[in-house]
Amino acid sequence: MTALLETTGLTAFYGDFQALFGVSFVVHPGEVIGLIGANGAGKTTFLRTVAGLLPAAKNAITFSGQPIGGARAEALVKLGITMVPEGRKLFPSLSVQENLTLGAAVKRQGPWTLQKVFELFPILEERRKSPATKLSGGQQQMVAIGRALMSNPALLLCDEISLGLAPIVIADVYRALPSIRAAGTAVVVVEQDVALVMRVADRLYCLREGRVVLQGQAAAMNRHAIAAAYFGGVA
Amino acid sequence: MISWLDIIVQGILVGGFYALFATGLSLIFGVMRLVNLAHGDFIILAAFVALAIVHLTSIHPLLCLIAIIPLMAVLGYVLQRGILNRTLGKNILPPLLVTFGLSIVIQNGLQLAFSADSQQLPMGNLTVASVQLLPGLNVGLYPLGVLVTAGAVIFGLQMFLYKTPLGAALRATSDDSTTIRLMGIDNRHIFGLAAALSFAVAGLAGVLIGGYTNFSPVSGPSNLLFGFEAIIIGGLGNLWGTLIGGMILGVAQAVGAEINPGYQVLAGHIAFFAILLAAPRGLFPRMAA
Repeated sequence: MTALLETTGLTAFYGDFQALFGVSFVVHPGEVIGLIGANGAGKTTFLRTVAGLLPAAKNAITFSGQPIGGARAEALVKLGITMVPEGRKLFPSLSVQENLTLGAAVKRQGPWTLQKVFELFPILEERRKSPATKLSGGQQQMVAIGRALMSNPALLLCDEISLGLAPIVIADVYRALPSIRAAGTAVVVVEQDVALVMRVADRLYCLREGRVVLQGQAAAMNRHAIAAAYFGGVA
Repeated sequence: MISWLDIIVQGILVGGFYALFATGLSLIFGVMRLVNLAHGDFIILAAFVALAIVHLTSIHPLLCLIAIIPLMAVLGYVLQRGILNRTLGKNILPPLLVTFGLSIVIQNGLQLAFSADSQQLPMGNLTVASVQLLPGLNVGLYPLGVLVTAGAVIFGLQMFLYKTPLGAALRATSDDSTTIRLMGIDNRHIFGLAAALSFAVAGLAGVLIGGYTNFSPVSGPSNLLFGFEAIIIGGLGNLWGTLIGGMILGVAQAVGAEINPGYQVLAGHIAFFAILLAAPRGLFPRMAA
């Protein structure tokens, strides 16, 4: 099977500070990948680089076989890579519905429409006229995910979508995942909650200090190996 | 009694000009947090371009608007994409320096091309016509028309910003110019469009003020200052507030001029400072979202 997204020896820098050291990473169409790691391991940097918000070497990232490293984020959305950014980043001046509609600005064809997003998250239809940032944290996260889905991505990058949410709300948000993958979208979830990721992901990658230190089928992983990879030190 | 009413009404009418100066500034600042120190000079540039067109073709200055508004819009877009976008970043100093430099270049360029003389656009009988509001209270048709135009421009911009998809993209870019890129929208293009709108309004303002008062190549900075004051009095990010801010500034200046002609500009500044002291965010700040 050809990879949907593949990074090969991907590096990233903030000025002189190197954040990623040769990350090789593969996502196949329709897969759900969990990306875990401690704070500062490079998870967000990795997503931002793949999404085109940070520079990358042209051949370090391919999407459906095409080199896309260094392309601008807005061009990548048109190709089918969309990110749900950390902290949601809703547009406070816009209503819920305006936020969602803006997600469809690239007019990519696909299953997701405003109506479908409202079916996925019915509460958003009730609140569609509200300013987006007047919603609860969980509802805001639903807007952020819905807004990303509106571009009908082939690959959805989710950066810590459970951050700051109560466990019951996290369950609400993650309940959307099966519908998303049923629509054919591959998903990369960056997550702090390892147990949660092991339940939802097909495969896992663990980053530490900008390097992949563990990868494999989620079902085949044991917690000791993950803990060792996560924190470093002796395995 | 009627004379004070007259002074206040004349001041309100002048507010239409200040609101037009301010609207363009406000648009650019709102969308990309760029303070365009050359905005007043671009207004005067438009007035001089109109003057040149009138001299060459003898058409009425208001007809020049058909050419000047689109020309200024294109200039704004090209300037934003070509120069100003490169100055935007975490540091607020580069855009200030570059627009300050542009201001100097425009003033000196205009002096070379048109000399330092004061000019006025020949509007014909339009500027002397007046209508009677009350017995003893006449208002000039021209400044009344400018005030109505300013109101129409602001209404049109509000409709555009709040009722169209592109307007939503502009507001979203104003909120967060990085996240807008994750929607597949090029923030550099949106910045260019905001500048185009801003410059189009500046072009309109330039021709209208050029037919009302004398202008010279160095008139720009005072227009800029009055525009800034109108924005701050009205509250940042509120275009209707800007219109009211312009009126308050106009009234303060008219009252000051009545007390002593030398106090005209000073009275405007004093009113500005007084309002800033009483309401540091302006009279009608946009509600925090």
